[in-house]
Amino acid sequence: MNRLRRFFRTPEAIAGALILALLAAMALAAPLLFPGDPQAIAGPALQPPFQDWSVPLGTDRLGRNVLAELFHGARTSLAVGLAAAAAALLIGAVVGTLAGFAGGLIDEALMRVTDAFQTVPSFLLALAFVSIVGPSLGVVVAAIALSAWTGPARVARAEVLSIRERDYVAGARVIGMHPLEIAFREVLPNALPPVLALSSVIVAAAILTEAALSFLGLGDPNRVTWGGMIAEGRTVLRTAPFLSVVPGVALVLTVLGIYLTGEGVVESTAVSRSLS
Amino acid sequence: MSLLAVSNLTKRYHRGGKPFAAVDEVSFEVGPGETLALAGPSGSGKSTIARLVLRLIEPDAGRIGFEGADFLALSGAALRARRARLQMVFQDPLAAFNPRATVARVLDDPLRIHNIASRAERPRRIAALLERVGLDAGLAARAIHEISGGQRQRVAIARAIATRPSLIVLDEAVSALDVSVRGQILELLLDLQRRERIAYLFISHDLGVIRAVAHRVVILDAGRIAESGDARAVIANPQSPVGKALVEAAPRLTRNRP
Amino acid sequence: MTVLLSIRNLKVAYRRDGVAVQALKGVSLDVEAGERLAIIGESGSGKSTLALAAAGLLARGAEIGGRVDWFLPASAGAKAEDRQPSVLATSHPLLGREIGFVFQDPSSSLDPVMPIGKQIAEVTRTHLGLGWKDACAKAKTLLERVRLPDPSSALHAYPHQLSGGQKQRVAIAAAIAAGPTLLIADEATSALDTIVQAEIVALIRRLVSEDGMTLIFISHDIALAAALADRIAVLRHGELIELGGTDQILNAPRHAYTRALLDAHLGLDANPLLDRQGVSA
Ligand SMILES: Nc1ncnc2c1ncn2[C@@H]1O[C@H](COP(=O)(O)OP(=O)(O)OP(=O)(O)O)[C@@H](O)[C@H]1O
Ligand SMILES: Nc1ncnc2c1ncn2[C@@H]1O[C@H](COP(=O)(O)OP(=O)(O)OP(=O)(O)O)[C@@H](O)[C@H]1O
Ligand SMILES: [Mg+2]
Ligand SMILES: [Mg+2]
Repeated sequence: MNRLRRFFRTPEAIAGALILALLAAMALAAPLLFPGDPQAIAGPALQPPFQDWSVPLGTDRLGRNVLAELFHGARTSLAVGLAAAAAALLIGAVVGTLAGFAGGLIDEALMRVTDAFQTVPSFLLALAFVSIVGPSLGVVVAAIALSAWTGPARVARAEVLSIRERDYVAGARVIGMHPLEIAFREVLPNALPPVLALSSVIVAAAILTEAALSFLGLGDPNRVTWGGMIAEGRTVLRTAPFLSVVPGVALVLTVLGIYLTGEGVVESTAVSRSLS
Repeated sequence: MSLLAVSNLTKRYHRGGKPFAAVDEVSFEVGPGETLALAGPSGSGKSTIARLVLRLIEPDAGRIGFEGADFLALSGAALRARRARLQMVFQDPLAAFNPRATVARVLDDPLRIHNIASRAERPRRIAALLERVGLDAGLAARAIHEISGGQRQRVAIARAIATRPSLIVLDEAVSALDVSVRGQILELLLDLQRRERIAYLFISHDLGVIRAVAHRVVILDAGRIAESGDARAVIANPQSPVGKALVEAAPRLTRNRP
Repeated sequence: MTVLLSIRNLKVAYRRDGVAVQALKGVSLDVEAGERLAIIGESGSGKSTLALAAAGLLARGAEIGGRVDWFLPASAGAKAEDRQPSVLATSHPLLGREIGFVFQDPSSSLDPVMPIGKQIAEVTRTHLGLGWKDACAKAKTLLERVRLPDPSSALHAYPHQLSGGQKQRVAIAAAIAAGPTLLIADEATSALDTIVQAEIVALIRRLVSEDGMTLIFISHDIALAAALADRIAVLRHGELIELGGTDQILNAPRHAYTRALLDAHLGLDANPLLDRQGVSA
């Protein structure tokens, strides 16, 4: 309750939360407002925005309703962003905890694997993975998670290394707790806050990566995505720039909203930490 | 027959690149139901001995016999099972518990891990443990940070006795407490010892406290045993220089008693 | 005896999660020039709050009521307005120059990345206006006075190279560097083992008598307080429940709580608890 009030004290946090709320509303309302296939033809091709109120943002090269595409695209962006970030955080937290808690050879091995993943540019990794396995929503999520888990793994490991030396971990060993239970039940939950602080950056990056993959035509072909819409509009950029600008602006606003909200969360927890 | 037999225990660390012995060829025994105190100035190796005895760290040399068996030979599941008999209470009761834990969870863990009570039976056991250490059973639902320091140390003792141990290591377990609370905790420890014949390895640098509760004392200096013997005899007439310095330094209340 | 510090009906409340915690509930107390006063009480009784309020060091969020008046002798070189009674909560010009403060944890008051000689010299430079050379010479004398082994090489040592007791000596040296009128030691020995604790207490006693400083010694150990103080103030739940000469407090305590504190002390002459319970090995 208190934390919430603290969160809403900064204007940035309020703006961020508003944008995210709008986005979530769009994603949830998409099938209600625009039932049926958003990729179906809704009218004449390349109709500019604000002319025909049945297609307020106009139509694209094939005569599809841009507003419907925008709403359904929000769905894909959010779903992929959240799922990929959750997967990346989960993998990272587990690997980091195991490495930090076990130490020795296991730590060495896991951290070398992390290094290997980190040295390959993450977008290239995702690109390679999708082009090998083939584009579908699940594969895109996996590809993005695969390229984003190393950050959380490093942060989790550093945190676990410091928690490992605390008395309460020694206490858990003294009562005979199994090392795996100590690692995941006693240590990991206390190592999570700094890892979760990364989540806004990761979600934003995941959404951008998904857009980039779709832009290159490696997104799920059966779904509308903002990246795909931008790519579509590219061919008629001179005559109908709105086709690229509308999803582009949506993308920028989304990433901005996530960053602002993340900042607000970090700020409000920082305040509560310094108070206690 | 001794309960705990430590012989020639040695632990080396490095300081400035040079190895030094934090614990150097230390030998002592603790009998059932007995309190052996470890005293000594800061850095003399008391906590290191506690951690060695509990197998939280491994010695470089020496033997530890516990309940007639070689304690250092145990590992894995066998070691975890034997830990039920050898418990510990830490100095800082706040640091000794998971900051997210509740009192109930802290006491539930040892009962669950050592299969002491079924899931259905455990809440009753937890209430009984809390009452055993003089706490209200209603405290179980509280978070660890929502109770006072003295209450926390009682919970720590409740957790230590949950598995019916024969020996509890207390590392400065009363040093952070107020004098009035300290008195109550010491009384509780003595009461448990009398009824359940628990032995204590009692670590402190306060000779007043040691004299009040310990049968025998071992005085350490720089990782070695400086002297040992009956607690009151040693404190009344220390032979070693550290022993003398510790006695000399103990705060005294000179009152004209009525 | 002249009064150095007069505290009248001092109330302090901290805000925690929106609710006010009353840490001091109207404490009145005079500190006389040149005396050694001990403040004792259980954890959370308000001892540190009282000391911080007197020194004007309270955290900004604290709500303060009542008066704290200082009567500094002119010879101490205080500015004229310092001698006027001042209402609390204005920033104190006194700290460092007129009040030396020693905390429980010496590492928190020392800068970890500055040689200790420089830290002490810094104090004398700002408060006594000495040049670097004089300040360093003074720092060395101070380290000699607190009996730090090998003071000339210790000047260049960093805090992490010293033991807890040695760090506390350095903190005391910094606190007395400017020749303060009043030295406040808040649990200055509680984190140390008994041997080092006895050394630090002896050191404080010697310094206070050599310089004629006034001392406020905060402790939860009544025996330690009695060893050092002329008068003892007993705090409980933010209230001053007893104040008297050390002899009177030890031998004829008026308040039941003071008696309980005395009885809880485990000295080397106390009746062992073991015997009271009749345990035998
Ligand atoms: N992990 C470690 N690495 C290096 N040196 C260590 C380590 N643990 C302890 N030491 C050193 O071993 C010595 C003994 O430490 P120990 O903690 O056992 O002392 P103690 O008697 O418990 O002191 P205190 O009364 O201050 O708790 C000290 O000099 C300490 O610096
Ligand atoms: N900065 C703060 N914010 C909120 N509450 C505080 C703060 N400082 C102290 N308190 C509260 O005020 C009360 C008095 O605290 P104080 O530190 O003066 O006690 P103390 O007698 O010095 O205790 P101790 O012996 O533990 O040092 C306590 O209840 C404490 O929790
Ligand atoms: Mg220790
Ligand atoms: Mg205090």
